Amino acid sequence: MEEKNIYKPYLMRVEKITLEAPGVRTFRLKFENEEEANAFEFKAGQFGEYSVIGEGESTFCIASSPTRKGYIECTYREAGRVTSALAKCEEGDVVGFRGPYGNTFPIDEWKGKSLLFIAGGIALPPMRCVIWNALDTRENFKDVTILYGAKNVGDLVYKNELADWEARPDVKLITTVDPGGQTPDWKGEVGFVPAVLEKAAPSSENTVAIVCGPPIMIKFTLPVLEKLGFTEDTIYTTLENRMKCGFGKCGRCNCGPVYVCKDGPVFSYKQLKALPDEY
Amino acid sequence: MVDVKKKAAELLSSEAVKVIIGYTEGTGGKPRAAFIQNVADVEKLIFNSQCVMNLAVYLTKAEIKKLGKPAIVAPVNVLRAIIQLAFEVQIQESDIVVLGITPDEKLVEFQSFAAIESYLEDFKMELDAKEKETLAKISGMSLEERWAYWTEELSECFKCYACRAACPMCYCHKCAVEQNKPQWIPVAAHQLGNMEWHIMRAMHLAGRCVNCDACHNACPKGINLNFLTKLMLADAQEQLGYTGPTLKEGNLLSTYNPNDQENFIK
Amino acid sequence: MTIEKYLVKKTSLPVLFDKIKASGKVVKAPKKKSHTTDFADVASFSEVTDDYIVTTQSAKSVAFPRVEKLFNYVKSKDGVQITDYALNAIPEVVMWGVRPCDAAGFDPLNAIFTWDINDVIFTTKLKKTTIIGFSCQNADENCFCTSVGGNPGSTQGSDILFTKLSSGDYLAEVISEKGKAIQALAPELFEAAPSEDKEQNLAKVDVKFTKEIIKEKVDKYFESDVWKEQAQRCIGCGTCAFVCPTCACFDIQDENHGKNGHRIRTWDSCCFSQFTLHTSGHNPRPTQDRRWRQRIMHKFSYMPDRINVYGCVGCGRCSRACPVDMNIAEHLTNISKM
Repeated sequence: MEEKNIYKPYLMRVEKITLEAPGVRTFRLKFENEEEANAFEFKAGQFGEYSVIGEGESTFCIASSPTRKGYIECTYREAGRVTSALAKCEEGDVVGFRGPYGNTFPIDEWKGKSLLFIAGGIALPPMRCVIWNALDTRENFKDVTILYGAKNVGDLVYKNELADWEARPDVKLITTVDPGGQTPDWKGEVGFVPAVLEKAAPSSENTVAIVCGPPIMIKFTLPVLEKLGFTEDTIYTTLENRMKCGFGKCGRCNCGPVYVCKDGPVFSYKQLKALPDEY
Repeated sequence: MVDVKKKAAELLSSEAVKVIIGYTEGTGGKPRAAFIQNVADVEKLIFNSQCVMNLAVYLTKAEIKKLGKPAIVAPVNVLRAIIQLAFEVQIQESDIVVLGITPDEKLVEFQSFAAIESYLEDFKMELDAKEKETLAKISGMSLEERWAYWTEELSECFKCYACRAACPMCYCHKCAVEQNKPQWIPVAAHQLGNMEWHIMRAMHLAGRCVNCDACHNACPKGINLNFLTKLMLADAQEQLGYTGPTLKEGNLLSTYNPNDQENFIK
Repeated sequence: MTIEKYLVKKTSLPVLFDKIKASGKVVKAPKKKSHTTDFADVASFSEVTDDYIVTTQSAKSVAFPRVEKLFNYVKSKDGVQITDYALNAIPEVVMWGVRPCDAAGFDPLNAIFTWDINDVIFTTKLKKTTIIGFSCQNADENCFCTSVGGNPGSTQGSDILFTKLSSGDYLAEVISEKGKAIQALAPELFEAAPSEDKEQNLAKVDVKFTKEIIKEKVDKYFESDVWKEQAQRCIGCGTCAFVCPTCACFDIQDENHGKNGHRIRTWDSCCFSQFTLHTSGHNPRPTQDRRWRQRIMHKFSYMPDRINVYGCVGCGRCSRACPVDMNIAEHLTNISKM
């Protein structure tokens, strides 16, 4: 077993900050230490513990794709003590990072299949890593469809990337905002994600659906997917229980015997159904 | 106890209440809280001098509220807590039935909170000789001695928050010690964290504490933390003639009265 | 190694104690404080008490203290400097007077801290700890070690185990290399093994259930109302977890002192209402009965399932310390009869 302090974070320099939506920022982080940078590897779906030294740690996914080397990105909403402190960081500041932790999307198993991504609000970041991973290895997959919804136009994150995806002929992007959330020049759909999904009716044939969003969205989206012919082992999601350590010791994130930090955060709908209602 | 049990059974069978919060026999014959929901179980109610836990702590708990309207077996410490909770608008007269109980297990029925208030006039909240003696000892210490005393006493604390959980006045869903924007009080159970936690706890109970010793009795380390609040109670008695909670003048230290002798606020 | 048995005279114990002190090791032993008896640094043998069923708190602090500084940091204009935990500064500690239940508690604790990833701070501390156990001659109504696989004279987890004999002298069982090292400090005190039977000098603790039965039942009754019934009087403090020898849940926090500071690990409890609370306000375990179920399920189902060890040693500390008399043995007995 390794003989190093598992709580000691990597020091990362904030290279770039993007304001995505009110209170939502993306940080691009680069390792301070070259050796650590070279040794670092992760896969789509994994997460880490990000810290402002002096304020504590907070858990988010790695939002960048493992195909993009030399940096990692995270996207977070300003809410608690740590994220409020992160929001005060400037480019060039140093933050801490521990990870990667948790399991990954089984993207290798999805080769030759079509992918349907369904995300709501701030839940696009945990999916962005796998979207870019798929797009950077586009030849491995058939159709790629992205359905992304938010409360209103201002809350949509990754606006530049949405424009990129929109422009690509090999991606079908559907964006939607909740009724009343549209602006006069809004060209996307208006309606809740499950309804828009039902209308768009993407094919379930040889397709994997990856769903991420607030619990209420997931609850109403899953039946629609089942109606479209998706089965419980062709639907995937990621869970976000509260965590402190990230590696199965602090005792917070378990749903029954399943630890979100070790056995997750990625679960198939089949696995999710077997979990007790503790997420 | 006979009339208390009889009344409890009546209340349950008439469905006037859904649950009786009282004392029953626990481990080693010591009392523990009971939540009686069936008439047949009323027989399990007990009362004796060991029944010191302040049952009023359950009146504000969401899980207990879900059981339905309660009747609560209430010796004087519970009655005082009820009056203070009523003043703080945490409970209302229509929410509960109060089954007052005397040390010799006699039932005292109350038609209103006001009736409890006047009953309590015969039980002025005063410190007894032993409490006064301990307080005098602590107050008599030099500043350095007193700091050393509390540092040593509170060094035992590992912040399980049993004191808070057992206190009928600590009903906040999110306690100040859990606020982290900013973090007022260090989370850790070290000297600073413990000192700040206990001072903060005592200050939040200033003029609200009903002197039931639930905090001290709950403490697994037996810390004399109740003397922090007793010290304030002694001051309140000496300087303001305070004799316990009332429905009209609740939070002593956060209530301004034009007759107050201090004039800094005028 | 195979267990070696010796006789250590009553009068030899203080001599052994002094030899250990003189060897430079930190010695912690049960000490009567103003209100409770707990492990503490002791200056001499006269401060050590043997008048306790179990100490109020477990011995776990030696490897998992209530506050652990994980590393120090200094912030400056150019960035952050981290000073790592000084593992080589961890002292050799001898825990004297540990009860067999408490000694057995290090196994589950170690299983948590080494599950796939080695928590080197914990494991280094444990490696540097020698456990000198003392069998139980007395038990109380809260003891139930025999129901969870232990017994009042169990050698599990101890490096040396002393059992008081009818003469007042002790049977010494040297169990491990660490125990041998202690023996080597004063080999002359370890005399030829006594003939007296160990068992007759142990407390009697009745078997109320088995841990396997509890596992079977809790797995079956996850959705039962029993959790609500049992948790009614629970007031949601963390006492049970903090006195427990196997509870390992923790929080991680930063503490600043100007530009300097440290990241710390502090004890936490699954019984606190905020423990699993999300920033959004959503709480996966929103009520006390869910939290009580988690506590029991973790110890009797999740731990054996995932790390092959039960999380309860039957010391009964949680029951003794509980402000509202949540008697775990009583609750488990009732579950075993479901």
